[in-house]
Amino acid sequence: MIGLGHYLAVGAVLFALGVFGIVLNRKNVIIILMAIELILLAVNINFVAFSAYLGDMVGQVFAMFVLTVAAGEAAIGLAILVIYFRGRGSIAVDDINQMKG
Amino acid sequence: MQAFAFYLFATIAIASGAMTIGSRNPVHSVLWLILAFFNAAGLMLILGAEFIAMLLVIVYVGAVAVLFLFVVMMLDVDFAELRAGIARYWPLGATLALLLLGEIFFALLLSWQPGGISGPVATATRTDVPNIEALGALLYTRYLYIFEAAGLILLVAMIGAIVLSHRTRRDVRPQNVGDQVRRRPQDAVRNINQPVGEGVEL
Repeated sequence: MIGLGHYLAVGAVLFALGVFGIVLNRKNVIIILMAIELILLAVNINFVAFSAYLGDMVGQVFAMFVLTVAAGEAAIGLAILVIYFRGRGSIAVDDINQMKG
Repeated sequence: MQAFAFYLFATIAIASGAMTIGSRNPVHSVLWLILAFFNAAGLMLILGAEFIAMLLVIVYVGAVAVLFLFVVMMLDVDFAELRAGIARYWPLGATLALLLLGEIFFALLLSWQPGGISGPVATATRTDVPNIEALGALLYTRYLYIFEAAGLILLVAMIGAIVLSHRTRRDVRPQNVGDQVRRRPQDAVRNINQPVGEGVEL
């Protein structure tokens, strides 16, 4: 039987890869969204691993809600991306400065 | 056997995660992301969470990744230009990621217990029924309101995505269903008594 620590290590490495991806591709919004999906996947692995090793079902219920939010986030993010590209003809993060925030 | 499956899935998941963020072509990135999701689903299968594993394949691979693929292929972007600054960013990103990873592993090692973990259990996993049945019994009773809220989130996301990306084009004349339904016979039909030998007046 594989220990809990192994799963947590996989989750941690995937999480760090996601953070790395956000910084690495900080001009390309599509890759940033994919990196966020990777981060949420890592969180889900942790949830399910803890659920299995604690013998507690709630972790899997929560993983499902994380999945829901991730799907909604991807849909809205890509829709914003599409209308932004339609208006400006670019998806570089550096160009997103119209609101001067 | 289980250990072999775990190491196989874990290695491929991490490798394809690395390829997702490192690939030159965004289409390849999406395909690597799909592979990562498949292998994470395999990991969850080993853990006995069959429903979440299948949900990962259906929702992530079947919907989200395909959505990504469509958007990547639809947008006509010069991706080589977007990768221009990558040589400047990667030391910072690698430092940040390694720092984060080190912190997580440090916390893991600090809280390491040789006998596995134990703690207060909110809802014990039932061993007499399949995973899906246990999850459903929990989801439709205790977590019903949260489940409804999740559905509401998906509804809002769907409406938001449609409203955001919908546009009315001026250069085409689409079918106007409302006008068609509202049209009545007296607006459109005229009865005339056409005399013989004269032309038709339109």
